[in-house]
Amino acid sequence: MKTIIDEILDKPHGGESHYTAKDFKPEVDVRWCAGCGAISVLSPAQRLMPELGIPKEKIVFISGIGCSGRFPYYMDTYGFHGIHGRALPIASGLKIARPDLSVWVVTGDGDNMSIGGNHFIHACRRNVDMNVLMFNNEVYSLTKGQYSPTSHRGQITKSSPLGVLDDPFNPVALALGASATFVARGHDKDRQQLQELLLKAHQHQGFSFVEIYTNCRIFNDGAFDLYTNADTRDNHTIFLEHGKPLVFGKTKNKGIILDGYTPRVVNLDQGEHSIDDLLIHNEKDSTLAFILANMTYNEDLPRPMGVLQNLERSSYDDRVVKQIQDEVEAKGIGNLESLLLGSSYWEI
Amino acid sequence: MSKLVEHLEEVTVRFAGDSGDGMQLIGTQFSDTSGFAGNEVNTFPDYPSEIRAPEGTLYGVSAFQVHFGTKNIRTSGDFVDLLVAMNAASLKVNLAHVREQGIIIVNKDGFDARNLKLASYSSNPLEDGSLANYHVFPIDMAVELKKAFIEVEIPSKLVQKTRNIFALGITYWLFNRPLEPTVSWINKKFKGKEDVILANVHSLQAGWNYAEKNPDFRKQYIIDKSNLLPGKYRSITGNQAVALGLVVAATKAHLPLFLGSYPITPATDILHALSGYKQYGVKHLQAEDEIAAIASAIGAAFGGSLAATTTSGPGLSLKTEAMGLAIMTELPLIIIDVQRAGPSTGLPTKTEQSDLMQAMYGRHGEAPMPVLAAASSADCFSMTLEAARIALKYMTPVILLTDGYIGQASEPWRIPDTDKLPDIAPTFATDPSNFKPYLRNPETLGRMWAIPGMQGMEHRIGGLEKEDGTGAVSTDPLNHQKMVELRQKKVDDIAKDIPDLEVIGDAEGDLLLLTWGSTYGAAKIAVEHLHAQGHNVSFAHLRYLNPFPKNLAEVLHKFDRVVIPELNLGQLKNLIQAKYLKRVIGINKVQGKPFKSVELEEKISVLLTMKNLKKWHAHASELDIPNDL
Repeated sequence: MKTIIDEILDKPHGGESHYTAKDFKPEVDVRWCAGCGAISVLSPAQRLMPELGIPKEKIVFISGIGCSGRFPYYMDTYGFHGIHGRALPIASGLKIARPDLSVWVVTGDGDNMSIGGNHFIHACRRNVDMNVLMFNNEVYSLTKGQYSPTSHRGQITKSSPLGVLDDPFNPVALALGASATFVARGHDKDRQQLQELLLKAHQHQGFSFVEIYTNCRIFNDGAFDLYTNADTRDNHTIFLEHGKPLVFGKTKNKGIILDGYTPRVVNLDQGEHSIDDLLIHNEKDSTLAFILANMTYNEDLPRPMGVLQNLERSSYDDRVVKQIQDEVEAKGIGNLESLLLGSSYWEI
Repeated sequence: MSKLVEHLEEVTVRFAGDSGDGMQLIGTQFSDTSGFAGNEVNTFPDYPSEIRAPEGTLYGVSAFQVHFGTKNIRTSGDFVDLLVAMNAASLKVNLAHVREQGIIIVNKDGFDARNLKLASYSSNPLEDGSLANYHVFPIDMAVELKKAFIEVEIPSKLVQKTRNIFALGITYWLFNRPLEPTVSWINKKFKGKEDVILANVHSLQAGWNYAEKNPDFRKQYIIDKSNLLPGKYRSITGNQAVALGLVVAATKAHLPLFLGSYPITPATDILHALSGYKQYGVKHLQAEDEIAAIASAIGAAFGGSLAATTTSGPGLSLKTEAMGLAIMTELPLIIIDVQRAGPSTGLPTKTEQSDLMQAMYGRHGEAPMPVLAAASSADCFSMTLEAARIALKYMTPVILLTDGYIGQASEPWRIPDTDKLPDIAPTFATDPSNFKPYLRNPETLGRMWAIPGMQGMEHRIGGLEKEDGTGAVSTDPLNHQKMVELRQKKVDDIAKDIPDLEVIGDAEGDLLLLTWGSTYGAAKIAVEHLHAQGHNVSFAHLRYLNPFPKNLAEVLHKFDRVVIPELNLGQLKNLIQAKYLKRVIGINKVQGKPFKSVELEEKISVLLTMKNLKKWHAHASELDIPNDL
């Protein structure tokens, strides 16, 4: 049963493997628009790769279609630019076939929430070990400006000149609802924070979903300004840290308490509430994760960023390997001759 | 009383009953035992798409047909010589298949007032004389079983469940078959359930004894052994053969096997089989849909697996965009389409050959792909190996067409010695210093395969047009022209690497019967009959549809008339006419059923009597032979 793949796996990585970010920059021009949020994800990704301690021939970036789809061309690893919406099943097939690889998927709100929506929910529940970076710019950009499944109601786009009529998906809530084990959110204006989120996604065994707010300067400029600009984000977002109270605000003077199941903002400098009253984040608590995820479109609440949920569950690809191992252990390695003979044969 | 014995060359038996009566089971046993006894066998299951239709209804009837004989058994039989009908509905549905003077064994207790009503019989056919043209053996199986089990302590409910086995025992007596293969199967199947084993074995023997002692059963039929090549044989369906073919191909290529699939009738048995081969290291993903199924296979192929996806017509439609991706990324991939009657949901459990055009052209852009078609159940094994060989050697997705008929029909398969099968060697890139993802083998035009894990060959590929060699994304007009032509040439040149079309009969002359896919069996028999009658007909069968064998043009133009029978409205006919400018006469059937050899024989006979070609042309606005001829 030994295959050519085993020979490749057995071959040790030769030469230098202390990489720098430069080793992951191929000799091609980045063709995204100047100021595109995607560019702000590329550099943290390139800076993160050397830290993973993985030979770069073992890293694969896979994408679908949309502006995000170009990402693999800009990473000097193995890469596969798939078709619209199908990055996840392509990546799933690759990872199941090759559990030795570090598999990354780069997708967008149209690619992943709309045409690839079915694949997304099934990838979440299946828990194949891979890291999915979803660039959310709340618009279709590569087709030049139509509304997407994350566009908000009333948004004016080329295909909604009088305003969008549908309500958006909340990607992190969708991921949680579909049983994703690792769910996080970051944005393009804080590269250090983003790099840390990507590292956590990598460290998590199983399916890791990171929604990344990426500004589209051309078709939806400023969509996330409130949550990402240095002067407003502290008051409008809350960065979740495992085991720590939910504090936010420029002067860390606000916090979140739980009123029944409803999160509420309280002021910490008016004497009524202290830090001890605040909700403590627990990324292992999936009920809490839902509550936090659902703060997203509530204008009275800060938008949650960081890791919402991080559960431990065996990955699908591990289970595939184990099922094969168990069967081989119980019955021995399959004998081709007896397979062909089947349960009943005769001789002439 | 001594019994008479008659020797026959071939016989067709059809077992029919309710969906829950176990007809598929005894049909399979009868077929395996016939193979065991040294006959050629071909079978076909005919079951409703309802899973458990209400008992006794016409639409709940399930049947299994076995055609066996000394030689030339290539179809599941045109007419039924012996029908076993377990209830009124199954008689009504299946009577039309039975030849005049054929034998009908009926289970009388399936003809009570309720059953007759459900089958819409206004009078009991066992009593009203309507079966006068057949030899009918009405047996009250419930009563006979009761008698046979008087001295055996088995709950009567269990005894009555073995009526199918009792009926099987009767048929074994009729054809003087050994009981041992079925007894040993029963022992294996019900291991640990001693009363079930006893009930079934006793019931089988009881059926035999019933016929042996009953004076109405006067004659036993002997079918002489076939003159088969020595070796080990088993009965195999096309779907099983595909599954085994994939495992053997992966072994021969020293690659892991990956199947991405989504359940669809009539292809799902391939998924069933492969999902059980964990001992052989087979990985499979039952994906969320047809698209994810092929996409996961493409991902696995990128990672160096021998990857396959299995489906039927509607699924093939869903996979088309991803097939284009596999063509563009030049990755090896095997797509198996077990065709069924369409369009849309169509007749999901019934056969057809109507996906040929889709396989050939059903993709956007210039998207050429090798297309192969298996001729019979056992041939599915060989053609799966062939699909894998072409996919890996030329770095291309390949479509293998089978259909619901050969996918589910079984025939004896001479089990090959896998050590003697040739290795299938993909060409991997080896030199990182000189690596480019679209560097090609100048012979095959296949690109060198570099898979993740190979150091120094990191590269990006995808659906965007590539510059040849470097694989860099390119929108250059001349490069696109070059690449489109290159992908076409790569597929076209495979013609040099496949066998020439073989003509049976004269190499030139008046009429060539040309077939593809599962019509092979019926056509072959028809031609043999016509030869026996002194007619001069030549016959050729295509297993390669894209590219066609390189001598096809030469063969076609050596005949005045070319006739193509197909289970569609003339798809191969149109391909041949367009490519070779040769007028073709079509024989087209779209009834969800395979051709009977006698149908083809009759229609070709008519053509042969029309000596004056011009007259034929003048009288037929369309060259095709009408179905109701």
